[in-house]
Amino acid sequence: MSDRIFGGFGLLLAIFYIWAASIIKDSFMVDVVGPRAFPYIVGAVLAICSIYFIVRPDDEPEWPAFRSFSEIVFATAVMLLYAWALPELGFLISTVFATAYLTWRLGTEPLWALLTGLLTSVGIYTVFHLILGLSLAKGPFGF
Amino acid sequence: MDILSLLGNGFAVALTPENLFLALMGCFLGTLMGALPGLGPANGVAILIPIAFSLGLGPTSSLILLTSVYYGAMYGGRISSILLNIPGDEPAMMTCLDGYPMATQGKAGEALSLSGFASFIGAFFATCGLVLLAPQLVKIALLFGPAEYFVLFTVAFATLGGITATNQAKSAFAAALGLGIAMIGSDSQTGSQRFTFDHIHLYDGIDFLIAIVGLFALSEVFIFLENHKSKNTNQTITPKVGRILPDFKMIGRCIPTMARGTGLGFFAGVLPGAGASLGSFLAYSLEKQTVDREGKTFGKGDPRGVAAPEAGNNAASGGALVPMLALGVPGSGTTAVLLAVLLQLNITPGPLLFTKNPDVVWGLIAALFISNFILLAMNIPLVGLFTRVLMVPTRILMPVVAMISFVGIYSITGSTFDVMLMVGFGVAGWVLRKLDVPLVPVILGILLGNQMEVNMRRAMTISDGDWSVFFSSPLAIILWVIAIAGFVLPMIYGRRIREGMKNTDAGV
Repeated sequence: MSDRIFGGFGLLLAIFYIWAASIIKDSFMVDVVGPRAFPYIVGAVLAICSIYFIVRPDDEPEWPAFRSFSEIVFATAVMLLYAWALPELGFLISTVFATAYLTWRLGTEPLWALLTGLLTSVGIYTVFHLILGLSLAKGPFGF
Repeated sequence: MDILSLLGNGFAVALTPENLFLALMGCFLGTLMGALPGLGPANGVAILIPIAFSLGLGPTSSLILLTSVYYGAMYGGRISSILLNIPGDEPAMMTCLDGYPMATQGKAGEALSLSGFASFIGAFFATCGLVLLAPQLVKIALLFGPAEYFVLFTVAFATLGGITATNQAKSAFAAALGLGIAMIGSDSQTGSQRFTFDHIHLYDGIDFLIAIVGLFALSEVFIFLENHKSKNTNQTITPKVGRILPDFKMIGRCIPTMARGTGLGFFAGVLPGAGASLGSFLAYSLEKQTVDREGKTFGKGDPRGVAAPEAGNNAASGGALVPMLALGVPGSGTTAVLLAVLLQLNITPGPLLFTKNPDVVWGLIAALFISNFILLAMNIPLVGLFTRVLMVPTRILMPVVAMISFVGIYSITGSTFDVMLMVGFGVAGWVLRKLDVPLVPVILGILLGNQMEVNMRRAMTISDGDWSVFFSSPLAIILWVIAIAGFVLPMIYGRRIREGMKNTDAGV
């Protein structure tokens, strides 16, 4: 069943892709094939494969139970939040919390997780910013 | 000898103190990443590309650093196979079969030093093979026109699923997905905006590094988040290494084994769609067929069962560089990531690389030789250090890996949108992995998409819109035959080989 849903989704994607390719505007330069031909081929391959998934689906994969599934949803949310927070709070503060969250969810005691977060953040900051000179996100406090 | 003088120049490049230091660092980090389960060579190199790039290293230096990581990871995979019975990366799977039994018999030290030596033999001779074979392949590649190149890219996608592909439709879907993503942004030929929907972040297309780090490294973190409760992640077994000094008698007895493994592995590496996992599998099975027909000692801690797959997988990793450097078409996930390195540095691999940037190619090859010796030195006496790293619990390691991925992407793009896009790729990678859709064709599609299209359009411009140009030369027809065979054969023989792999695995 998962494969069938996936195939249906793929088919929608293919249709959308071919539609999006059909509205590509020509520019003042032109060549024989034009900018739409290759995307049409790609869209067609996507569509054919998707139909195959619907007709001949594989065995059902092992989807995680609801709890593990919500773990992934929350982890994604935290990572997105982290990406948003980087320029707002700066690298050091955001990283402490993001690392602490992940470490905690992977089975570390909350306090130890916070400590790991702190050490990871400072460690990465020292190695990558202070020693190697990479530019990390600067928050309102300059770190 | 032309090759020798070129190689000499290469050594002059690679032996500068800076490059030597980078090779040393690369070897160390690579071994570390290879040894840690869940962080394979492809992940390791992927995470380090943006970092190497934002450090502002030159092309040769970055390449030396990252290929040392690549070779190092291939060496390192065996450590956790032997000590914990968990392969550090996929190609090291076969090493578990005899390596772990040796460790339980208290011979872990011997197994580690023997496999380190076998890795060295495999990688060293494969690098020699690379030196000899790549220039020959370049001569053939110079005959390629745009039409042949287009077909060659098709060959790469058709064979990428490899002999062990479970569902070719899924490989094809993955490739199309990657190619589709590559089309986003302004068209290189006419400048039309494609699939950007007037979104300013998409005008330049999607940076392939974001896709690679998201699909490889972050999806691994998600897989781990999902599985950590069911698996026992807190390893309580303290691996005992025992004596580390190599047993030269044992190594001597294993030399024919290593020779066979190296040959097979190199062959498997050069072939498109085979790669290191198949290299080590073939080397192990052949060895079992030759010396232990009744299955008396193999699987119970036979040293030859450790030497063969290790020589095989390291030889394959050297062999896999041949098509990547000479044709610009990688045959495996890890070499696809190395291709990303080259593209990021604005170096187009392929036949012209050898004439235009000989210092890069030969410096790289010389660096491979040097890193081999560094790795041999590092892996035999220092193996105890790496085993200690295995004690770091994954629940701390994985978040660190995730954060380093974020640091790398943020430091090159400096944009929140790109970091969020990377998270999106991570989730997509997790879903695709669950559905058994391979990720390597996606990456390769993103990397090669534009070149593939450009070659198609050039060929069509030359032929003035006649599609038969793709079937008009004998070379193109041969390539089509290879592509079709590579796509269809796994459907027929794939099941048998996969079952063979599984049975050997279960038969321990």
